[in-house]
Amino acid sequence: MRNYSVFDIIGPIMIGPSSSHTAGAARLAKVAAAISGGKIVRVEFHLHGSFAETYRGHGTDKALVAGILNMDPWDENLKNSIKIANERGIGVTFIPTDLGEVHPNTVKFIITKDDGNATQVSGSSIGGGNIFIFDIDGQEVEFTGERPTILTKHQDLPGVISKISSILYQENINIANMRVYRKGKGKMATMALETDTQVTEEAMGKIKNIKEIENVKFINPIVEGVI
Amino acid sequence: MFVSTGKELLEICKEKNIPIWEYTIREEIEAVEVPREKVIERMKSTLHVMMNSSTYAQDNIVKSVSGLIGGDAYKIRKYAESGKTLTGEFMNKAMARAISSSEVNAAMGRIVACPTAGSCGILPAVIISAGEKLNSSEDQLIQGLFTAAGVGILIAKNATLAGAEGGCQAECGSAAAMASAAVVEMMGGTPEQALTAAAIVIKNILGLVCDPVAGLVEVPCAKRNIAGTVSALTTADLVMSGVYSKIPFDEVVWAMYKVGRQMPAELRETSQGGIAITPTALKLKKEIFKE
Ligand code: SF4
Repeated sequence: MRNYSVFDIIGPIMIGPSSSHTAGAARLAKVAAAISGGKIVRVEFHLHGSFAETYRGHGTDKALVAGILNMDPWDENLKNSIKIANERGIGVTFIPTDLGEVHPNTVKFIITKDDGNATQVSGSSIGGGNIFIFDIDGQEVEFTGERPTILTKHQDLPGVISKISSILYQENINIANMRVYRKGKGKMATMALETDTQVTEEAMGKIKNIKEIENVKFINPIVEGVI
Repeated sequence: MFVSTGKELLEICKEKNIPIWEYTIREEIEAVEVPREKVIERMKSTLHVMMNSSTYAQDNIVKSVSGLIGGDAYKIRKYAESGKTLTGEFMNKAMARAISSSEVNAAMGRIVACPTAGSCGILPAVIISAGEKLNSSEDQLIQGLFTAAGVGILIAKNATLAGAEGGCQAECGSAAAMASAAVVEMMGGTPEQALTAAAIVIKNILGLVCDPVAGLVEVPCAKRNIAGTVSALTTADLVMSGVYSKIPFDEVVWAMYKVGRQMPAELRETSQGGIAITPTALKLKKEIFKE
C-alpha cells in the first residue's frame, strides 16, 4: 500500500484542464529543455496516443511550449505560451505520430539550439502531473525529475562513478537513486543520478572537471512549495 | 505512517482525543519531515488558489478553450442573488462556486486538483460556502482541508481517485466524500460522524461512470461538480442531525473500488460510452476537432 502526502491528494496546484495532459506536459517539456540547455530556436513535438488525439482540446500544445519556455505547471501565462514563443523567434511544430509500445501520453521532443545541435528527449505523463523521461538521444534512461538529477555522458572506465559519489559525499549530498546505462564495457555510458538535496555549485564544478566525463547536466526538480 | 483504514483512524483519534484534521497534520509532519508551520503555510496557499478559482468565473464570463462550457457560474451567481431560488441563496452560491472552478480549469486557469482537475470544483465550493455560513476563520478552513486530505488518503490507499481506473464515482464521488467529512468536522462533529458523511456520499454516487464528451474535462464534468457539492453539503446536515450509515466507511470504499473494477473500459475515461457517445456528443466532438 502506497504512502501519500496530503498534497498528493489536495494538489497539484496547476493550470487546467488536465493533470496528465496539461500539468504533466508542461513538466515534461521543462525537463526536456533543461536536458537540451543552451538557446533553443526550434522544437518538434512528436505526440503519441492520447496526446496525439486530444492535444488541442486539452491545451497540451500550449503546456508543452510553456515548459520549453521554462514556465512552471502553475504559471498563469501558460495559455499564452505559443504567442510568447513566436515573439521570441522559437519555432514549434506538433506532429501526431505513433511511437510504438509506450504510455498513451507520450511525447518525443527534438530540440534544436542556435548552434545547430539537436537533442532528442522522450518522456511520458503518467497521471497526477507526474512524469518520467525514458530516452535521451537514443539512449535508454529512466528518471522522474522529482529530485535533483545529475545526467552524465562518460567513458565507462573503472573509478568514474566513485569519483562522482565521493564528490557528493564530501558535500554531504545523499544519493537517492543511481542508474548506469552502457552499450558495452569501456564505451560511452550514461548515468542518471538522483540526490536527496540540491547539488551545490561546488559539487557541480568538481563533477564537470572529472576528465572521463564528456558531458554533464544538472536538472532541478519542479517543486511546488508555497506559491 | 498514515493508518490504512477508517477503523484504525477512528481508534487513534479516540485514543488521542483529536480530530481527523489534527491527526492528518501530525502524520504529514512526520512523513515529509518539515515543521508544522510549513505544512500549514502550504495548505494556506492552496486555499488561496481555491478561493480565486471558485470566485473568478462568477464575476467574469469564462469560456473554455473548446467552447463547450462557460458562463454558467456567472448566471447562477446572478440567480442566487435574485431572491427567487428554490433551495436558497446558500445552496445556489455553493453551486456557482463549484462550477466556477470547473470553468476556470477548462479555460486554462489556475486550480487545485482535489483530488483531480476534473473534480476541482467540489472541495473549494463546499469548504468556502460552509465556512461563510459558519463564520469560520481561515485557520478553520485550512483545518477542513486537512480533514478532507485525510479521508482522501484513505480512499487512495484502499481504492482509487482516478476516473480512468474507477469511473467518476472515484473522482467526483471521492471529492464530495472528502468535502462532506471536512464540513462535519468544521461543524463540530466527531471523527466518526465525518467518516459517516463520507460513506453516505459515496453510497449515493456509487456506480457513476466517467464519460467525458470529446475526451475533454468539461461535459458532464462541470455539472457533476455541482452535484457533488450539493451532496456533500446536504449530507453534512444529515449526519449532524444524528443519522448514521448502516454500512461503515471502509466497506463502502471497498464496494466503490469493486464497482470501479467491474466497469467496462468504455466507461472509464475513454469516451467510448455513456454521455460521450450520444449523438449530440459525437457531433460536438466533430465540431471541436474539425474532423
Ligand atoms: S466524468 Fe470523468 S473526466 Fe469528468 S470529472 Fe468525472 S471522472 Fe473526471
